[in-house]
Amino acid sequence: MHPFAFSRVSTVTAALNAGARYGRYIAGGTTLVDLMRETVERPAHVVDINGLPYKDITVTRQGLHVGSLVRMSELAAHPEVRATYPLLSQALELGASAQLRNMASIGGNIMQRPRCPYFRDVHSACNRRDPGSGCDARHGDNRMQAILGTSTHCVATHPSDLAVALVALDAVIQVRGLDGTRSIPVQDFFLRPGDTLQDEHSLRPGEPITSLTVPAGAHTRRSGYLKVRDRQSYEFALASAAVALDIRGGVVRGARVAVGGVATVPWRLPKVEEALVGKRPGRRTWTDAAALAAEGAVPLSENAFKVRLVERTVRRQLMTIGGQ
Amino acid sequence: MATTVVGQPLSRVDARRKVTGAATYSAEHRVGGLLYGVIVNGTVARATVSRISVDAALGHPGVLHVLTDFGSLRLAHPVDRIAFYGQPIAVVVAETLEAATHGASLVEATYERQDAVTDFDDPDAPSQTPADEPDYSRGDPAGALGSAQVKVDLELTSARENHNPIELPSTIARWQDGRLTLWDKSQWAQGAARTVAGALGIAVGDVRVHNEFLGGGFGSAIQAYDHVILAAFAAREVDRPVKVVLTRRQFFYGTGFRPASRHRIALGSTAAGRVNALVYEVRIENARYQSYTDGLTDLPQFLYGVPNTRTAYRVTPVDVHSPCSMRGPGVVLGNFALETAMDQLAHELAVDPVELRMRNEPTQDEVTQLPFSTRKLRECYETGARRFGWSRRRAEPGSRTDGDLLIGMGMATASYHNNRRDSSARARIHADGTAEVFAASADMGPGTTTSVMQVAADALGLPASAVTFRLGDSSYPTAPLHAAATTMASVGSAAHTTCNALKAEFIRRAVADTDSPLHGANPADVHVRDGYLSAADGGARDSYRDILRRAGLPSLDITGNWGPGDADSRISSYGYGAVFAEVSVDPLLGLVRVRRIFAAYDVGRVISPKLARSQAIGGMVGGIGMALLEGTVTDHRDGRIVNVSLADYLVPVNADVPDLDAAFVNTEDPQADPIGVKGLGEITIVGVAPAIGNAEFNATGKRLTDLPIRPEALL
Repeated sequence: MHPFAFSRVSTVTAALNAGARYGRYIAGGTTLVDLMRETVERPAHVVDINGLPYKDITVTRQGLHVGSLVRMSELAAHPEVRATYPLLSQALELGASAQLRNMASIGGNIMQRPRCPYFRDVHSACNRRDPGSGCDARHGDNRMQAILGTSTHCVATHPSDLAVALVALDAVIQVRGLDGTRSIPVQDFFLRPGDTLQDEHSLRPGEPITSLTVPAGAHTRRSGYLKVRDRQSYEFALASAAVALDIRGGVVRGARVAVGGVATVPWRLPKVEEALVGKRPGRRTWTDAAALAAEGAVPLSENAFKVRLVERTVRRQLMTIGGQ
Repeated sequence: MATTVVGQPLSRVDARRKVTGAATYSAEHRVGGLLYGVIVNGTVARATVSRISVDAALGHPGVLHVLTDFGSLRLAHPVDRIAFYGQPIAVVVAETLEAATHGASLVEATYERQDAVTDFDDPDAPSQTPADEPDYSRGDPAGALGSAQVKVDLELTSARENHNPIELPSTIARWQDGRLTLWDKSQWAQGAARTVAGALGIAVGDVRVHNEFLGGGFGSAIQAYDHVILAAFAAREVDRPVKVVLTRRQFFYGTGFRPASRHRIALGSTAAGRVNALVYEVRIENARYQSYTDGLTDLPQFLYGVPNTRTAYRVTPVDVHSPCSMRGPGVVLGNFALETAMDQLAHELAVDPVELRMRNEPTQDEVTQLPFSTRKLRECYETGARRFGWSRRRAEPGSRTDGDLLIGMGMATASYHNNRRDSSARARIHADGTAEVFAASADMGPGTTTSVMQVAADALGLPASAVTFRLGDSSYPTAPLHAAATTMASVGSAAHTTCNALKAEFIRRAVADTDSPLHGANPADVHVRDGYLSAADGGARDSYRDILRRAGLPSLDITGNWGPGDADSRISSYGYGAVFAEVSVDPLLGLVRVRRIFAAYDVGRVISPKLARSQAIGGMVGGIGMALLEGTVTDHRDGRIVNVSLADYLVPVNADVPDLDAAFVNTEDPQADPIGVKGLGEITIVGVAPAIGNAEFNATGKRLTDLPIRPEALL
C-alpha cells in the first residue's frame, strides 16, 4: 500500500472541496482498500464521505429513491424494495458476501473497478490500470472475461450485479458537483472500453454520487435476477440476467432484460426485449427471444461457452419470471 | 465396567480458546523489538538477476534493511538464479508492516531472461521416470487387456491445486546468544528446525520451533519454505526479531501445491465383471530443481484383485516451483482415475457399481502378497449403501429428475495406507494428581490435542479433565511430521506406551513401599482408575498423589518410544471407505451441485468420534472443491499464477456444502499399533471427487474426466 493521507468530511461542501483537490472518496471501502493493498490504486488522499446525508431509502408512486451511502444489505432487506423491486433485492443479495454487503455502499457498488486478475496484478500489462501498456488478459487466462462490448484495449467484465439490475430498470444516477447537481441515465453512466478506456464511467473528477432513482412501472414487481457461477455464493457471475416483465391480458406489454458477467458494461438487450413485446408468454417466446442474447459476441480462447450460457441464462430467467 | 475416555465424543479441549481468540497463532506472539520482513518476489520464470535497486526502498521512512544476497543460504531451489516465477529476490525489513510492504513495492529488479517452459504439456518439456517410482507390472497386463471381453479406456486430467488454509504462512524469528527461536506455522516443528539449521549452517540443537496452533495446513506447512528461512536470516542480519507473514498472493508461490496431472487408465474385464487387466499411466508436473512424487499408483496397484496390472509414473520437470503433499497426496488422484474407470466399467457391464467392487475384492495385498491386517471394506459398502439409500439409485443415466434438474447418485471406494512412524512421548504425573504428556507433534485442526489426551487418560487411569497433551514445541520428544494421517497411530501409540510405562512405575513403587496399602500386591493385579490404584480383590487402595507425597516428589515422569518396527513386512494395513454422493445437474446451465455425501469408513478404532466425524466432513469439503471448483491457473506466457486470491481461486463456501455425514465401521486393527487405529486424516478426501463425478454421470450420461468439472463441460 502506498502512503496516503486520510480525511473525514461531514458536509457536502467540505466533501466537494476535498474532492476537487484530491479526487478519491471512500465509503464502505470494500473495493478501494483491496486495490490499494495491491497497489493498483495509489491515491495520495482518501476522503471519507460516510458523514454525508445520502442515506435515505424512499419509495413513492413515482419510484424508488436511494441515497448513495445506503448499504447493500440495507437496500436489499427494505420491505418495500423486496415487494416492489425484487430484482434489486435479488441482485444485491447474490453479490459479495454478507460481511461485504454490510459494508459496501450503493454508490460504491456501481463504481466497482474490474475484477480482471491482470488488472489486479501490477506486474502485468493492463490498459485500465496503466493506459497504453496493453492487455494481458485478452490472450491470457480469459475464461471469466467478457464477450460483449470488448475492444482490443480491454476485455474485463463489469463486476456489479446491482448495476445490471439498474440498467434493466432504467435507473437514473444523481451526482453533485461544485456547480450544482446533474442526473445521468444509468445507460450513459457506464462507458465501454474505447479510446479513452481509463474512463469507466461518466463522473467528473470530484463529483460524488448522491443518489439513484428507479422509476416505477408495471414491470418492477414481476422481476428477478439469476446469477450463474461456479460456486453457489461469494463469486462473480459467469453470466447473469436481470428480467422485468409487464404481462397483462395474456400478452407481454413491456420487457426489460439486461445481462452481466459477459460484457464490459452492464448490458441491456433491446433486441431481446423487442422480441418479447406483444408476444404471448410461453416457452417458445422465451426461447426465441433469448436466442438473441449474445448477438455481437466476440468470444476469446476460453470463454466461448459464455455465448451459449448467456442465452440459456436469459431463457431460464424469462421462464422463471414470465412463467412456462 | 469403567467407561473409557477413548470413544467419548468430546469437543476440542482448546475449542473455547480458538473461538474466543485466546489461542495464540504463530504471527500473534508478542516479541519485544519486533521488526517486519516483507519478501520481494521475482516476476520472471527463468533468469538471472542482473541488478536490484534498493535505494528507493531504503529511502522510505521506517525501512531499515533490504537483504538481497541469499548466497550464503542453502535453499531448496537455486539461489544464484531465478528458477520459478515468484522466487524471493529480496527481503525488506522495516519498523512497521506498512513500511516494509511499501518498501517491497519500491524494489526494482532487472533480469537477464532465459526461455522458460512452465506448461508440462509443452512438447518441449520431456518426461522422466522418477527414481523412486519405477514401472510396476504383474502378470501379463497387455495380453489380458487385449483379450478382455469388456474394456474401458479413459484419459483424465486434474488441475493444479493450492491448499489455501485460512491461516497464511507466518514466522517470527528471534536470536538470543546464537540460538534461534522460531514461532512458525508448521506441521512439523522438528523438521522445520532441521531445515532452517541446515539452510543457515547452524546446529539443529540451536534452533527451537514453537507451533502450538495452526489455522489449517493440508500439507502446505510440512516443509519450512523460504519465508521461514528468510525470517531467521533477516533476524540474524539485522540483529532484531523479525516477523514474516506471506500474503495470499505470495502463498501461491511460497509453498507447494498439488501438481496438475494427466492419466490414462484401461480396465479389462470378463463379462461377469471380474477385472483381470489394469493399465495405469500417469504424469504430473515437477520443478526442475527437485523431484517430487506421491502415491498416485498406490491404489491402482493394490485396491482390487486384478491379476494382470501395469502402472507407469512419469514426471515432467518445468520452470515452476516444486509441488508438495496436499491432503490425500497422489492417492486421491490415482483413485479418481481408478474409480471413474470402475464406474464406467460397471455401466458397460450393467452391473451395480457396488456389486462390481465386491466381485473384485482381493484376498490379500497383491503388491506385497501380505495378508490384510483388517479390511472391512464390504462392511463399508453395506453400511454406506444402506445409510445413504443407494437402493433408490436408478442404473439408467438421466432417469431421475426434480423439476428442471437431473438427479444422480454415484459412489467410489476410498483407501489410504496406515502410516506409522517412530514416535516418542514424555508423560508426567504431578503431585496434585494431574498429568501432562508431551510430544513435538502439531495440531493443524483435527484435534490431536484432544484425541491423544484421550488415549493418555485411559492408559494412566485418569479422567479427561486431569490430563493435558502438550504439543507444538520442537524441544519435546520426537514426533513425526503431522501429516500423511500418521499422528494418531504414531504419537497416540507413543503416548499410550509411555503412559502405560509411567502407570507401571507407580504400581511398582506402590507394591514395593511398606507404607502403601498395596504393599506386597502382585503388580499385575493392580488397576488404576481416576488416579486411584487398587488391587483386583478390592479394598486397599493407593493413589498417584499419595505415592508422590510419600516419595517427596513434585512429579514423576518417564519418556518412552513407540515404533511400527517391521509390522509392514508382515501385514498390509490400510484404512478403507465407501463414499456415496448425490448431485443435481441443471442441464440448461451446466451446473453440478452436490446434494449430499455419506461415507462409511474402516479406520480402525475411533478414538474421538466427534472429532473423527469433523475430520470426515472436512475431507469431503476438500473433495467437493477438488471435484467442482479448485484449480490454480498459470499464465504460461511468463509463468505467473493468475488466480491468486480467495475470490479467484475457488474453495467451497457454506452454500456449496450440503448434508455431509459419515459412519465408522466398528473395528480395530490391533496388529497395526497398540491402540488399534488406522489413519483418518487423508482418507476422508479420497473417493469424494470420483463419487461426485460418477453421480454426475448417473444424472446425465455424460462422462466427464477433467477436474474440476465446470459448467462449460456440460453446455
